[in-house]
Amino acid sequence: MSGSYVSGLKCRLCGKHYPKEALNFCTDDFGPLEVAYNYDMVAAALSRGAIEARPRTMWRYRELLPVDGEPTVGRHVGCTPLIRADRLARALGVSELYIKNDAVNHPSLSFKDRVVAVALSKAVELGFQTVGCASTGNLAGSVAANAAAAGLDAYVLIPDGLEQGKVLGATIYGAKVIAIEGTYDHVNRLCSQIAFRFGWGFVNVNLRPFYAEGSKSMGFEIAEDLGWRAPDHVVAPMAGGSLIGKIYKAFKEFEQLGLLDGPVTARMFGAQATGCNPITNTVKTAATKVKPVRNPDTIAKSLAIGDPADGFFASQLIRQTGGWSEDVDDDAIVDAMRLLAETEGVWAETAGGVTVAVAQKLIEQGKIDRNGSTVLCITGNGLKTQEALIGKIARPVVIKPTMEAFEALVEAEAPALAAAGA
Amino acid sequence: MAVVRIPTPLRPHSGGHDRIEAQGATVGEVLGRVGETYPALRERIFDGGDLRRFVNVYVNNEDIRYLDDLKTAVGEEDEVSIIPAVAGG
Repeated sequence: MSGSYVSGLKCRLCGKHYPKEALNFCTDDFGPLEVAYNYDMVAAALSRGAIEARPRTMWRYRELLPVDGEPTVGRHVGCTPLIRADRLARALGVSELYIKNDAVNHPSLSFKDRVVAVALSKAVELGFQTVGCASTGNLAGSVAANAAAAGLDAYVLIPDGLEQGKVLGATIYGAKVIAIEGTYDHVNRLCSQIAFRFGWGFVNVNLRPFYAEGSKSMGFEIAEDLGWRAPDHVVAPMAGGSLIGKIYKAFKEFEQLGLLDGPVTARMFGAQATGCNPITNTVKTAATKVKPVRNPDTIAKSLAIGDPADGFFASQLIRQTGGWSEDVDDDAIVDAMRLLAETEGVWAETAGGVTVAVAQKLIEQGKIDRNGSTVLCITGNGLKTQEALIGKIARPVVIKPTMEAFEALVEAEAPALAAAGA
Repeated sequence: MAVVRIPTPLRPHSGGHDRIEAQGATVGEVLGRVGETYPALRERIFDGGDLRRFVNVYVNNEDIRYLDDLKTAVGEEDEVSIIPAVAGG
């Protein structure tokens, strides 16, 4: 395959063009660089039939992902289940609800495998041997795992105090994991300096234009699995604010290529934790600048980015599509994690609790139409944020290994059942 | 004098330097002085009298938005870092 589906990079502010290189910002105005495609060529190559004939991974949409040759990293990522969530729908009082379950993404159990697959495939194409990232946890694991499989050296920088599952889940792969005294924003600033100083490929710094495009695959999959249509509502968690925009971009690209039945009318809803809600605040106040949060304080650590790089664009998108944004406190997050687990058998990480709790709030507010179709984006796995649940859910009952002990237990818990069994 | 750190990709506009010493009592004054020497750099960092939307400035380890923005005091030993805002997440 030729690399000509991608023409280069382009500044989102001034439109200046750049070649395909490891650079994330415009050197004229610091605006974000975005991948530019030759959509005419993509249209000639991509059809529903072509996509459907390919293996079920995110690479079935490869013409819309910015890798020139064959993908070399993360070849099995994506195509996670889109679950029709009728039991949760009843609990929330809506008619048509879906869970996009990236808690079971391969290999590291979060949506970050999508962005890392693209970023590291691109890193290999650009000739990097050492890669890295600034992470709130999920990205750390994904970079570490995918770099290990690709034989790349990885430096993973995280804020000190992350969940054990996130830290172990990066270290096990042999990555150099470095905890920084400070917030994620301190980590991010340091990585911005390291990437260029050392000439390494940091997936969410100098490789960020390519990296961010990987998130589109979540939107492509949602639209295809809904039968080639975009839903009425999408609720997505927001940390840096990139994912929500890329899901929408995916719908719009499919629409532009004529792959969808009907126009895209999706309204985009953003979810944050109250302890770190810079984008939600921007949406609610219609501010033109995002006011950063200096010291995020929430159990949803994966969303604890006080100074979101795409906060401005996310808040604009949300308002332009007629969506809204809400935030929820730690208790609501845990309650929603339990609700999702108990109704759908899906154990999401804390960020998933944020998404479900915010969806519930938006439905009760009337912001989400109860009769429309709604997709909730679950981006990470509950196994990695167990600390949030300790002391919040029941401990196992301990009994002796005898029938009498079990009968006594059932008698105490459910007398009717005990009577039926007698 | 305070030291100003320049992002590597902008070095063509700072005479090839990644660190520039500059006088000034505030961030605004220090960056103003740098801009006098390197007008092309000034143009990229400022939009009129304000920092551009995607430019962050730190004094040592603190974002000046949490301090006093361009009026943030700068000491002789301080390091002022210009950081592209579009990273992370």
